[in-house]
Amino acid sequence: MKRREFLKSMTALAAGIAVPAPAVFSPARAQSRQETLLIISESGPNNLDIHGVGTIVPGYETSWNCYDRLISHDKKTLADGTEYYDRDKFVPELAEDWNVGDVSITFKLRKDAIFQDGTPVTASDVKWSFDRAVTVGGFPTFQMKAGSLEKAEQFVVVDDHTFRVDFIRKDRLTLPDLAVIVPCVMNSGLVKSKATASDPWALEYTKTTTAGSGAYRVASWQPGTELIYERFEGWKSGPLPKIRRVVWRMVPSAGNRRALLERGDADISFDLPPRDFAEMKQEAKLKIVSTPISNGIQYIGMNVKKPPFDDVKVRQAVAYAIPYQKIMDAVMFGQAKPMFGAEANAAASTLWPQPHGYHTDLAKAKALLTEAGYPDGFETTLSFDLGFAVVNEPLCVLLQESLAQIGIKTSINKIPGANWRTELLKKEMPLIANIFSGWLDYPEYFFFWCYHGQNAVFNTMSYQNPEMDALIDGARVAASNGDQTRYEADVKGFIDKAFAEVPRVPLYQPYLNVAMQKNISGYRYWFHRRLDYRWLAKA
Amino acid sequence: MSALAGTMRHARYVIGENPVTGLAFALFVIIVFVALLGQHVAPIDPLASDTAVALQPPSPHHWFGTDQLGRDIFSRVVVATRLDFGIAVASVALVFVMGGLAGVAAGFFGGWTDRVVSRIADTIMAFPLFVLAMGIVAALGNNVVNIVIATAVVNFPLYARVARAEANVRRETGFVEAARLSGNSEAQILVLQVLPNVLPILVVQMSLTMGYAILNAAGLSFIGLGVRPPTAEWGIMVAEGAGFMVSGEWWIAFFPGAALMIAVFCFNLLGDGLRDIVDPRRRT
Amino acid sequence: MAIPSLIGVVIVTFLLTRALPGDPAAYFAGPAATREAIEQVRANLGLDRPLPEQFLRYVRDLARGDLGRSLTTGQPVVSEIRTRLPASAELTLLGLAVAMLIAVPLGILAATRPGSLVDHACRVVATAGVSLPVFFTGLILVYVFYYRLGWAPPPLGRLDIFYSPPPAVTGFYLIDSLLAGQPETFIASLRQLLLPALTLAIFSLAPIARMTRASMLAVLSSDFVRTARASGLASSTVVVTYAFRNALLPVITTLGMVFSFLLGANVLVEKVFAWPGIGSFAVEALIAADFAPVQGFVLTMAVLYVLLNLLIDVLYGWIDPRVRIEA
Repeated sequence: MKRREFLKSMTALAAGIAVPAPAVFSPARAQSRQETLLIISESGPNNLDIHGVGTIVPGYETSWNCYDRLISHDKKTLADGTEYYDRDKFVPELAEDWNVGDVSITFKLRKDAIFQDGTPVTASDVKWSFDRAVTVGGFPTFQMKAGSLEKAEQFVVVDDHTFRVDFIRKDRLTLPDLAVIVPCVMNSGLVKSKATASDPWALEYTKTTTAGSGAYRVASWQPGTELIYERFEGWKSGPLPKIRRVVWRMVPSAGNRRALLERGDADISFDLPPRDFAEMKQEAKLKIVSTPISNGIQYIGMNVKKPPFDDVKVRQAVAYAIPYQKIMDAVMFGQAKPMFGAEANAAASTLWPQPHGYHTDLAKAKALLTEAGYPDGFETTLSFDLGFAVVNEPLCVLLQESLAQIGIKTSINKIPGANWRTELLKKEMPLIANIFSGWLDYPEYFFFWCYHGQNAVFNTMSYQNPEMDALIDGARVAASNGDQTRYEADVKGFIDKAFAEVPRVPLYQPYLNVAMQKNISGYRYWFHRRLDYRWLAKA
Repeated sequence: MSALAGTMRHARYVIGENPVTGLAFALFVIIVFVALLGQHVAPIDPLASDTAVALQPPSPHHWFGTDQLGRDIFSRVVVATRLDFGIAVASVALVFVMGGLAGVAAGFFGGWTDRVVSRIADTIMAFPLFVLAMGIVAALGNNVVNIVIATAVVNFPLYARVARAEANVRRETGFVEAARLSGNSEAQILVLQVLPNVLPILVVQMSLTMGYAILNAAGLSFIGLGVRPPTAEWGIMVAEGAGFMVSGEWWIAFFPGAALMIAVFCFNLLGDGLRDIVDPRRRT
Repeated sequence: MAIPSLIGVVIVTFLLTRALPGDPAAYFAGPAATREAIEQVRANLGLDRPLPEQFLRYVRDLARGDLGRSLTTGQPVVSEIRTRLPASAELTLLGLAVAMLIAVPLGILAATRPGSLVDHACRVVATAGVSLPVFFTGLILVYVFYYRLGWAPPPLGRLDIFYSPPPAVTGFYLIDSLLAGQPETFIASLRQLLLPALTLAIFSLAPIARMTRASMLAVLSSDFVRTARASGLASSTVVVTYAFRNALLPVITTLGMVFSFLLGANVLVEKVFAWPGIGSFAVEALIAADFAPVQGFVLTMAVLYVLLNLLIDVLYGWIDPRVRIEA
């Protein structure tokens, strides 16, 4: 082909494809865009089954939407119109009725529920699924334990549509724990048929295929790229969702995610830095919903087994040296609830999280440090999880600067996300910035994992104090027995102690921000902070 | 006329004849100047945060604006000059010594030395080079020293190859024979006689490598393997600032990006000029 | 000669991934694992064995074609590479093609007017492209052409969400869509490819333009060209028909080098454009200390590099008969 002709045809082709196709060109496209929800996020699932080994958080969203549980939470509407899950009110999902007794709960399953392959849901499916959850180990088993669901013997099939959970101890958290993502009900017949000798729970099969009775099923999955859901037309546990098809695409660059949302080429995302949300709220081109993360706190932790942080005065000095407001402004752009600067350094109620009384006061910090015997300060390392660098990095830089002013010289240690858990377990890091949040929104739950002497991995401070343990244990027992007076006393007690001893300094309760196109409604905040597609609609 | 004066005259001629080369040299001088003066030219402490004035566009008080922590970008860009220039020079020095010595030894001694060095060079070349640099920094830890090492390792094969070829040629030349007869050890000949002769040939590559070192550091910063905060370094400032483009705060990435681009641009063009001065036979 | 390099690559990658700071056992064991649980997972994965034994197991698996499994995507590495490699290759080849389209004419132009303003301008343009970090160029292009002007499609990867990929024959959407007779899909794929390919092209202009110029200069001053000019042939004929073909050889070698260099630089461009390629896969794996994909990726690239060199040698022999005769 002669060069000139080639160039001509190439130019024509280039001109043709550079112009975006106007909507009128393909009415079919315009219509299906309406029925499809496009979600974008930085990363996607590595496993579609929450019981799987090493399943990361995005996989929880798939599990939530593709599987049903026995019960779920009702919704309540906050003052600003946001829909929020109601911690205390449960609604039927696969169980249409239940009876909470002294030694067990009996559930009556709905008779019309079917799995996505058409087989009916029975109590033996529920038992098999629950047995699986408490046996596979790892996170699911741990989460079941949080509600005293520990042994397969607790789960009893009374008949095809009646299921009983026996208690091994009275625990207020048992019922709420049955509404979290982990005790999902799987199509045991189908999944069992895929089991092998080395894989008795068929974890390999459920990793890439959903086998539930939930409102959506996974139609296709290219890990790391795209996940497509289709609505299950036979869903019985609630009204049929409005969105027929959900496409979830992974877009690594945060700037591009924002550009996509602002240009209307994507529908919904919550994976953006706080600054972007603050700006988008101002621009009002999109609908931004912000809710405080239930039972979640970003904090500065000090390992009480590593001097000089074993001295409470040193810890208090650090608490007075933190540049709280600077962090709220420059790191979170106001997208968080402050947990500092209360009038008194004591529990004002049994609500958690609540603010402590420390505020930025460098003079006081310096005085405390001198009292503790460090008039010239000391040197230490400040570590954070690189996986959350957007928040952690500026936070630590500001903290480093402020601590330097009272003589504490810190070197910043960025720990890759893959290694963060291992490092936490080692409990060697003297000073860290970290976040913890619990699915079950009760103060005794938070304190059990973070302050109790059992020294779980979440007790990153290695804080062990028998008085604290007594208060926490007392609160849990009081909750199960319904002893309101004792409960209040113990909860206020352990909060007071946490503030006085301050092994960790709460900074703020972060917001979960979601950005969506203005024509999207039905967003509801859940304790697991993932998207629930079942109530969403596109106008 | 002495050899040095002759070279200087030739240099002036080359620079004058080619305006682009002249520009490159002028820029280079400016960069060195700023790098040397560093902190003293910066009006404000590059590490001082002031959240009250965060994310402000360029103004008379902050010529390049401020970043998300309220730090003055102009000061940070100026101070980063020293660090980036240092990274560039250190990388080149390291790879020249490592690759040059290895290559020259391989070419000079032949035999096993040659085989080992060539094997190492081939193995390194077979890697996708940026991923190798990433792997080295990830494994050793992300700080300036390791970034320099990674850059040097990745460029090793090229230097080793060229040095080897040159040493091969010069193995039996007159001045080497003379040095041998004067009682110099083989090692002394290698370092004092052969290696310096390799320098002119590698001059173009060395200035290109300087540019590459800075770009490499920027790429590593983009995936989180760059220098540690709150260090001021062009690459990490660009990587962080890129996220602010969509929201309209263009200055955070623009100024460090411009500085980076000018520096790399200068180094790239410099190589041509240096080669023209040093080895006119190879002029193109 | 290639085999020892490959062996070296295998060994070095193995050691390098083992030196990475992450801990896959902790990753696998989950967020609430105790120390015992992690140790148990470590034993399961065989990571508690001494290094030489782990290496032997790895080599044994390699011989069976098993590259292990990725933690971040949960898929076998072999199938990941199989789906992702065509994505990267398609992007790189198109980028290279665009680069050639711009750089070769630039180089020829500069060579025909050495020392002139045009020559300097060409050099400045080519060098400017390679003076910015490639991810920054990509982000600027997205910002200007997509966000501001709306000319380019959303950077959502290889295809818009409404098009399904064509039936896979080569894995190259451009080729497969034509083979399957789907012109709409062809256009959609091409649209998505434009910006990332342009980013790569900008970054590879300089070496190609430089080599073209140098090679053309050398050829233009040769005897046979002087003869052609003296015989009265038109200048354009001399340049294109006689000089260029002979100047091609070094340019091809450069192309080979640039291609393998681009395959590595791909990783950043893929991250910016959400491209489901092998580069972004490897980077995610590296950050997460996910050994298997990193090892698989490096090995694949090394093999490709070896094959590429072979191809270039063959191409060389085909273009320049002298090489064949001498060999």
